[in-house]
Amino acid sequence: MAVITIREALNQAIREEMLRDENVFLMGEEVAAYQGAYKVTKGLLQELGSKRVIDTPITELGFAGLGVGAAMVGLRPIIEFMTFNFSILATDQIINSAAKMLYMSGGQFKIPIVFRGPGGSAFQVSSQHSQALESWFAYFPGLKVVMPSTPAYAKGLLKSSIRDDDPVIFIEQERMYGNKGEVPEGEDFTIPLGVADIKREGTDVTIVARSLMVPVALKAADVLASQGVSCEVVDPRTIRPLDIGTIVESVKKTNRVVVAEETHPFCGVAAEISTEIMERAFDYLDAPVKRVSGADVPMPYAKKLENLAIPGVEQVVAAVREVAYLD
Amino acid sequence: MATQVVMPKLSPTMEEGQLSRWLKKEGETVAMGEPLAEIDTDKATMEMQALTTGVLRKILIKEGESAPLGQPIAIIGQAEEDISGLLGQQQPQAKAEPAAQKAEAAPQGQQPAAGNGGKPAVTKQPESTGRLIVSPLAARMAAEAGIDLRSLNGSGPGGRIIKRDIESALSQPKAVSPESPARHLRAVEPSPAYAPVTAAASAYRDEPASEMRRTIARRLVTSLGPVPHFFLTSEIEMDRAAEMRRNINSLDPELKISINDIIIKISAAALLQHPQVNASYQDKAVRYYNHADIGVAVAIEDGLTTPVVRSAEQKSLSQIAREVRDLAERARNRKLRPEEYTGASFSISNLGMFGIEEFTAIINPPEGAILAVGAMSAKPVVRDNEILVRQMMRVTMSCDHRVIDGATGAKFLQTLKKYLENPLYLVV
Repeated sequence: MAVITIREALNQAIREEMLRDENVFLMGEEVAAYQGAYKVTKGLLQELGSKRVIDTPITELGFAGLGVGAAMVGLRPIIEFMTFNFSILATDQIINSAAKMLYMSGGQFKIPIVFRGPGGSAFQVSSQHSQALESWFAYFPGLKVVMPSTPAYAKGLLKSSIRDDDPVIFIEQERMYGNKGEVPEGEDFTIPLGVADIKREGTDVTIVARSLMVPVALKAADVLASQGVSCEVVDPRTIRPLDIGTIVESVKKTNRVVVAEETHPFCGVAAEISTEIMERAFDYLDAPVKRVSGADVPMPYAKKLENLAIPGVEQVVAAVREVAYLD
Repeated sequence: MATQVVMPKLSPTMEEGQLSRWLKKEGETVAMGEPLAEIDTDKATMEMQALTTGVLRKILIKEGESAPLGQPIAIIGQAEEDISGLLGQQQPQAKAEPAAQKAEAAPQGQQPAAGNGGKPAVTKQPESTGRLIVSPLAARMAAEAGIDLRSLNGSGPGGRIIKRDIESALSQPKAVSPESPARHLRAVEPSPAYAPVTAAASAYRDEPASEMRRTIARRLVTSLGPVPHFFLTSEIEMDRAAEMRRNINSLDPELKISINDIIIKISAAALLQHPQVNASYQDKAVRYYNHADIGVAVAIEDGLTTPVVRSAEQKSLSQIAREVRDLAERARNRKLRPEEYTGASFSISNLGMFGIEEFTAIINPPEGAILAVGAMSAKPVVRDNEILVRQMMRVTMSCDHRVIDGATGAKFLQTLKKYLENPLYLVV
């Protein structure tokens, strides 16, 4: 297996799917001539031409709407947001058009579209350009929300998202583009949406982590193993539909849970996961579900404050020790 | 100054109460000592009186809802007084405290716009004393293993009982008596021959357990599990006792003496002869009772209770008969006072009227024994090599082996049998 970055894995997924299906096209700011603000779309204009790799003006609501219209007439658009911070401008098209069209047309219009781009916390770009929005999109029925944490997941999940007949919000963690990992070869490699992965097996505490928090949780599990605590790390990979079954099975085994996320805690995905666990596995819990979330403040610019606002290994270790009644 | 009304302790075994009926509405004035609500305790429906005078400002639990002891259930104050301070804190309190103290603990003030995202400022919850804190997993494990949670010390925060506490309780060796309860449990297990015909599980419905059902459940698992029971059965010829009953009742039909009344009277006499049976195991002592206070199990709608005939050894049969009738009647109407159904030294449970020949009863802790009385029926018996027809009755005594040994219990039963077969002993 080749070891590549998440950036390269995403590029491969887009390229392969565009070669496989001529209805797939890519549209967004700087995706063509500039090769992508984060170079995810490198080489695609040259190989596939300007009819299918299209630079747009800075008009998120406009090109998101063009994408929804194109999907309604049978194309399979990939809409890149330079970052998901700018998707906020396009939410009317995403939420009111893409998410609801199938329902409101009585099943006549499928919307096979992928909205993708970097999201979550970045490095010192302050409040407006450093935030995680998955709980917004996961709130709405009609949208799928996918968050890869490794190069293999990035490739396999993006290919499945492009082939999916429903609108998919595909959030790539901005800090993780350069993360490397093994990716299976071959155009047929896909990962189904809605299936969690157990990243590490353990017996004492389950850590549910997604996106940026997956490597943090795995490091915390290493630290805890040296303290005699066995952690099971579950990455849901798809936020909606959520593979709650895998999470609940893990909780039934370990009886204790920490849910880690970089987002704000209030009305977040961890809150949803905690409730699902409480509803489905109450009698298996030996301790209250513990959330480890980002600070409940706009992302600070100052580097030290920024570090404090994003959960790290230390917070996850402390939370696990708390639910395991070790301190 | 506004004060909280908390769930009061209305019976010795009460741990929570169900609000049966509010007798005042919000906004009505109440005077100290006036009835405020009817509370369904584990045993009876009791009236609760207001402890202060004012206006019933706020009702905190609805009719039909339950609250543990000490939890605020209403607020009484002046008509215009600001009670938001008291409304803010709903955590269980051990007892009502001066309102001034409470107001300080209430959440107040604006939160920073960016901070805390709508999470209320949490005040530190006081260490709970009476309430059992237990993780859901530990509660389930304890229920499955028949462990009494009250016998454990929780090692989690605030004394929470957690998985490891149950595991350590399970790893403790259990005291095994010669006749361990397990043998009896096995005896009532269905045999493999009676395997159900249908493979699918039956449909069912769940009804919330009443206060009484929950108390029965809680009390009885503190019995057969932790209390090492053993069982002694004896068959008693009842012809003379039955004849005595007929004769007494023919003197005055109003007396209405029952066989059970005679059994109570004679048990009391036998208990005084065998003080080791009229006893209970305390933590570090064996307690011997001076009188035979006999609990009589009475079936009532959705449960049972055991009103007590005090000093039964000193009472005449007619007194006992009258008292039992009165207690049973009031038990069925849930009008017993707590002191009337607690603190027996010995109990009798009679299922003879249901045609039950013989059964075993579960001891009502901390009593040392309970007598299970079966039906009286005509049976062939051999006397002097002749087959005769006699009224026979089987009794089984369950004994707490911590206070009563096999021979001690057997001697008591011997005396009981002798007296019942020759009730003239009562007047000797």
